[in-house]
Amino acid sequence: MNKILIVAEHDGHNLNAAIAKCVSCARAIESAHVTIAVFAADPTAVAAQAANIAGVDTVVTVAHAANAHALAATLAPQVAELAGGYSHVFGPSTTFGKDLMPRVAALLGAPQLSDVMAVESATRFRRPIYAGNAIVTVEVAAGTQLVATVRVASFEAAKAAAAAAPISAATLKAELPTHTRFVSISAARSDRPDLQTATRVISGGRAFGSAENFQLLYALADKMGAAVGASRAAVDAGYAASDMQVGQTGKIVAPELYMAFGISGAIQHLTGIKDARTIVAINKDAEAPIFEVADYGLVGDLFQIVPELERLIAAGK
Amino acid sequence: MKRILVAIKRVVDYNVRVRVKPDGTGVITDGVKMSINPFDEIALEEALRIKEKGLAEEVVAVSIGPADCQQQLRTALAMGADRAIHVQTDAVIEPLSAARIFKSLIDREQPLLAILGKQAIDDDCNQTGQMLAALWGRPQATFASKVEVGATSATVTREVDAGLETIEIDLPAVITTDLRLNEPRYVKLPDIMKAKKKPLDTLDPAALGVTPAEQLRALKFEPPAQRSKGVMVKDAQELVAALRSKGLV
Ligand SMILES: Cc1cc2nc3c(=O)[nH]c(=O)nc-3n(C[C@H](O)[C@H](O)[C@H](O)COP(=O)(O)OP(=O)(O)OC[C@H]3O[C@@H](n4cnc5c(N)ncnc54)[C@H](O)[C@@H]3O)c2cc1C
Ligand SMILES: Nc1ncnc2c1ncn2[C@@H]1O[C@H](COP(=O)(O)O)[C@@H](O)[C@H]1O
Repeated sequence: MNKILIVAEHDGHNLNAAIAKCVSCARAIESAHVTIAVFAADPTAVAAQAANIAGVDTVVTVAHAANAHALAATLAPQVAELAGGYSHVFGPSTTFGKDLMPRVAALLGAPQLSDVMAVESATRFRRPIYAGNAIVTVEVAAGTQLVATVRVASFEAAKAAAAAAPISAATLKAELPTHTRFVSISAARSDRPDLQTATRVISGGRAFGSAENFQLLYALADKMGAAVGASRAAVDAGYAASDMQVGQTGKIVAPELYMAFGISGAIQHLTGIKDARTIVAINKDAEAPIFEVADYGLVGDLFQIVPELERLIAAGK
Repeated sequence: MKRILVAIKRVVDYNVRVRVKPDGTGVITDGVKMSINPFDEIALEEALRIKEKGLAEEVVAVSIGPADCQQQLRTALAMGADRAIHVQTDAVIEPLSAARIFKSLIDREQPLLAILGKQAIDDDCNQTGQMLAALWGRPQATFASKVEVGATSATVTREVDAGLETIEIDLPAVITTDLRLNEPRYVKLPDIMKAKKKPLDTLDPAALGVTPAEQLRALKFEPPAQRSKGVMVKDAQELVAALRSKGLV
C-alpha cells in the first residue's frame, strides 16, 4: 500500500480548491491510502470539507494556536513529525506548498519533486522543467520517502464524497520555533473569480500603458464573469498587482477560456497558460509569438477591441 | 564580520529557447548562452544594497557546479561581490545536495543572511532556499519583494497567491528573491578588470563533507505537447460569434 499524506491549504475557514486536485494526483498512484492533514488554530470547519472529498480515506487534525497563520517554519516540524510511516507527502504547487514542502523534505532528508503533472507509478512521475520547454520523467528508488508539490493545473478536482471520511485529532510533540512571525497580509479584495480556479481568465500586458487603462479589462471581465491576470511586464510597471502575474514564476492557470490582450507571448508567459482549453490572442503585431499558441487570433488595437467585445458580449446576454 | 552569502547558479540564459535532444537524454546546452540565474542576480543586488546601507560588511558569492561556473562568479565579483567560492563538481546536484553544501559553507562563514533565488530557471524546483533554512534551523522568507534589515531581525514582504504577506524573521536567516525585489545593476568595464583580482576559492564537495546523492533519476526528456495552430478572425464580431458557438461567452 502507498500511504499518502496531503497537507491541507486553507485560510482558517475554507479548504483551498487545490487540495481536491492533490487528491486526484494521489489517487492516480496504485493502491493509495489518502490522508489529509489539517493544521489550524481551529481545524473543525476545514477538516469537515476535507473529509467530504471523494478518495480521501482519513483526515487528521492538528489544532494549535501557532497554526493560525501558515508559516513554513512553524508548520514544517509538525508535518515532518506526522509524516513518519507515509510513503508520499504531497502539497499543492501554490505559494503555500512551494514555501512549505521543501522545508519538510529537508527535515525528512527526503527528495522533492516540484510541480508533478502526471503520475506513471508510485515511484515515477512527470514534471516540467525549463519553463515548460521540456518534460522530464523522474524515478525515485522504491522505498524512498518522496515529497512532492502537485501542479494543480494538471489535475481535475476530485468530486464530493458519498460519505464523509473519518476525522481524528493528533497531538504532536514537535517544538515550534518563535523566530518567524506573521505580521500582516494585504490581499486585494475582489468579487471576481479566483485566477487559479476561474473558468474564464482575461489577461493584459505592457500594451495597456497605465493602471487606469487596465480598468478597461476589469469592465470586460465583469461582463464575462472572468478573472483578470497580467503579464510580468504589466505587473512590473505597476498596472496590475503581483498576485495577478501569470506564467513560469507567477500563477499557472487552466481555464476553459484564456484571452491575452497586448501580451507578446514570451515563453515564461506561455508556460502559465498552456493548459487552457481555448486561447484567444489580441495583439496589434501579426508576428507576435502569442499567435502561435492561440486557437483564435485577432490582429488589432486593444483600445478599440476591448470596449467592442464588452458591448457585443453584453448585447448577447 | 557581518556577512551575506549569495547563491549564484549558472543556467541557460532566459532568452534561449531550450530544446530537447532528439534522443531524449537531456536538453541541448552545447553552444548555448549561459548566464547567472536571473533570481540570483536579484539576490546579489539585494546583498550589495544591504552592504551599501552599512548593514553588512562582506558579500560572498557561491556557485556549485562544473569549472565554467567561474564565469558567472567573475560576473558576480564584477557586480560588487567581495569574494567568491566555487564548489566544483561535475555531479548532478539536486536541491537537497545544494542545500547541504550551502549549510556546510554557512558553518564556516557564519553569515547574517543567505540570499538565494526563489527558483532556478533550468530545473524550476523552487526548493534549495527552504531546504537550507530547514537544515540550518533558521527562518526563511521566500519570494521576497521587499527586505528591511534591522539589528537582530528583518521585515520581509513576500509575494504570495493571495497578495503581499509581511513577516518578521530573526537573524540569521535565509531569504529567497522574487522578481520585484529590485533591478540588478549593470556591470561596468572597469569593474570587470577589478574583479579579476578579487579572491575566488575553489573547493570540492567532499571537503565540505557532502557527497552529492542522486535520489531523483531522470529517465527521459520530451518536448511538451504542441498546441495545434488556430485560426485568425477578422474582427471582434467574428470572435464573439466563434466563442459563442463554443459556449465560451
Ligand atoms: C526569470 C524570468 C521570469 C519571468 N516570468 C514571467 C512570468 O511568470 N510571466 C510573464 O508574463 N512574464 C515573465 N517573464 C517576462 C517575459 O520574459 C516577458 O518579458 C513578459 O511576459 C512580456 O510582457 P508583455 O507581453 O506584456 O510585454 P511585451 O513583450 O512588451 O509585449 C507587449 C505586446 O503588446 C502589443 N501591443 C502594443 N500595443 C498594443 C495595442 N494598442 N493593441 C494590441 N496590442 C498591442 C505588442 O505588439 C506586444 O506584442 C519572466 C522573465 C524572466 C527573465
Ligand atoms: N548549483 C547551484 N549553485 C548555486 N546556487 C544554487 C545552485 N542550485 C540552487 N542554487 C540556489 O538555489 C536557488 C533555487 O534553486 P532551485 O531550488 O533549484 O530552484 C537558485 O536560484 C540559487 O540561488
